[in-house]
Amino acid sequence: MSSSESESYISEQDEIFEELEREVDQEEEEQQRMEADAEAEAAEAAADVEASTVDFDPELSDMKAIRERLETIIFVLGNFKVRRDEEHSRSEYIDLLKHDIAIYYGYCEYLVDLFLDLFSPDEAIAFFEASEKPRPLTIRVNTLRTRRKELAHTLINRGVNLDPLGAWSKVGLQIYDSGVSLGATPEYLAGHYMIQAAASFLPCIALDPKPGEKVLDMCAAPGGKTTYLSQLMKNTGVVIANDFNEKRIPALVANIHRMGASNTVVCNKDGRQLGEMTGGFNRVLIDAPCTGLGVISRDPSVKFDKSEKDILKSSHVQRELMLTAIDLVDSSKPGAVIVYSTCSVTVEENEAVVDYALARRDVKVVETGLPFGRPGLIRHRQRRFHPSIAQSVRVYPHAHNMDGFYVCKLVKISNKGSAIIAAAEEAKKKPQKAESKQSQPKEQERVPLILAPRVLEAKRAEAVKAKKDKGDKKPKRTGKARAWKGRKERKFQGKKDKKE
Amino acid sequence: MPTSGLVVCLPIMRPLDKEETEKVFAKLINFIGDNVHALLERKDDPHVFRLHKDRVFYVSELVLAHASPFQRKDLKSFGTCLGKMTHSGKFHLHITALPILAQYAKYKVWVNESSALSFVYKNHVLKSGLVLMTENVPAHQGVVVYAKKESENDVPIGFGILARATYECQACEPGDIVVFHQADVGEYLRDEENLV
Repeated sequence: MSSSESESYISEQDEIFEELEREVDQEEEEQQRMEADAEAEAAEAAADVEASTVDFDPELSDMKAIRERLETIIFVLGNFKVRRDEEHSRSEYIDLLKHDIAIYYGYCEYLVDLFLDLFSPDEAIAFFEASEKPRPLTIRVNTLRTRRKELAHTLINRGVNLDPLGAWSKVGLQIYDSGVSLGATPEYLAGHYMIQAAASFLPCIALDPKPGEKVLDMCAAPGGKTTYLSQLMKNTGVVIANDFNEKRIPALVANIHRMGASNTVVCNKDGRQLGEMTGGFNRVLIDAPCTGLGVISRDPSVKFDKSEKDILKSSHVQRELMLTAIDLVDSSKPGAVIVYSTCSVTVEENEAVVDYALARRDVKVVETGLPFGRPGLIRHRQRRFHPSIAQSVRVYPHAHNMDGFYVCKLVKISNKGSAIIAAAEEAKKKPQKAESKQSQPKEQERVPLILAPRVLEAKRAEAVKAKKDKGDKKPKRTGKARAWKGRKERKFQGKKDKKE
Repeated sequence: MPTSGLVVCLPIMRPLDKEETEKVFAKLINFIGDNVHALLERKDDPHVFRLHKDRVFYVSELVLAHASPFQRKDLKSFGTCLGKMTHSGKFHLHITALPILAQYAKYKVWVNESSALSFVYKNHVLKSGLVLMTENVPAHQGVVVYAKKESENDVPIGFGILARATYECQACEPGDIVVFHQADVGEYLRDEENLV
């Protein structure tokens, strides 16, 4: 054996010893660990018992104690079998939870039930918590007037702390804090941006209008979405902005003019009657009037104002609006998209409305194209909806830090089953029948609704000409107007008599 | 159900008559001079003037065609509102006409930051706030007022009537009025109800 060989032999022996020692160490460590785990488990169990003791006193009045009890109940419900108190049933726990939520967050009992049906208990608490805090302030840059980089630079110079909203929006800026009032800067007044919640970008992005199209915004005021649509269309084509509430029209008109959206028509009509006036749209946006149960942080009065009746009422209006909107879209035109959105989280106002439309018109639900949001519900309590509704999107304040929102994108496949179009076809058929019966029918022009504007223009020009030719004859007064005039004169004379 | 629509839709907006056209154009020419031709001759997207109730609108023919089916009482606005015909038959330009005036403006006045803030609260422009103005403008000429910004596009904030000619402005005192206020973008907040 040479010296080098003997050295290597010794080193090998050493290695074997070391390995043996390591193994022994490991075994010991494992034993220690097991013991520690057991101890920890025991401690945890003890802690569990301590943490899960619930005081079932319904007249607990201290807010802090109620808050603690709320947390405890949620903890118990997290693993009910292990953590429960054998004396009390699950329903007792749930009732107590509802009672505490109603007191601590100030909701009426109906709404507590509603939200607990919608969310798991701990998620519901997260929702209630998030609904107490305001959402971050966001603004939308008006690309018709300026660019986001430029505006951000200007606002930073004014002492505003801001950041781009996120990768999904090229026009949003999130405001952290600002020394000046954002609603009164010269840039705001000059229409460079609009103060708009991030959630209300979503329906416009989903609608995705293209330049040159004909688009309808059914519930437009105060114009945040309308001006966004106009900007997406690069101020070409036509946006018809309708709102039912006359008091909100001035704000809508002011915003449209401030933002320079000159491709808009503003009208004040019940959205359900729009079919009488217009039609043949490429795209329709329905941001339906709702109970506002997704934006509780903005208007806390809904916590105790809204009842089941309100929800059903608004759902009813929404269904009518939805059907009208679908009838207003022409399936043969590019797009043929209907986007339905609400700022409410209830199923009755969202999925149920879409399901109703799916059953009555030839439409299908498609992907909204939004990068986030939870899928729409297709099972809720005893209700089952069309599976394609899962492609719609729900946004929650606690999950996405935006207002509670629902967006569903529909595409119209054919005009089948559409009441307005069927009626129009019937109306077309009727005069033909009359012609065959009567020997001298009057020639009556029937113009498709879509072409009506141009024909009307010509007709009106003719009428004006005819009037001039006749020599400005005063139009005949109707009986009512004449009576009214007579009354006015009589009144006036009476006054004169008195004076004399 | 679609009614025939024809009867209902007739008493809607109408083109301006000769007198009204003269009044409107007199006001426009005061601000944009010969550029009114550009307003009338837009070959890519022909625009027209329309009177609806007492408001004058400047609107593309395409948009107008889609506005005409609506009833008079339902239709609130279409295109750009230029201003209103008053009861005494005069024509007033509204702030909503600013984008058009600013686009074709012949005579411009630039004011500094503080003067801009004061201007959007209905005040006249004083000599002290003046930064820059177009050369050789006669007195009582309509001018568009811009907020002057460094290294960025200027923002139009309203319009008014020049109180004195350019050469007089150079000589006058800091407290003297240079531009009489007519309309400013602050009206979008202050006077929302009466815009259109």
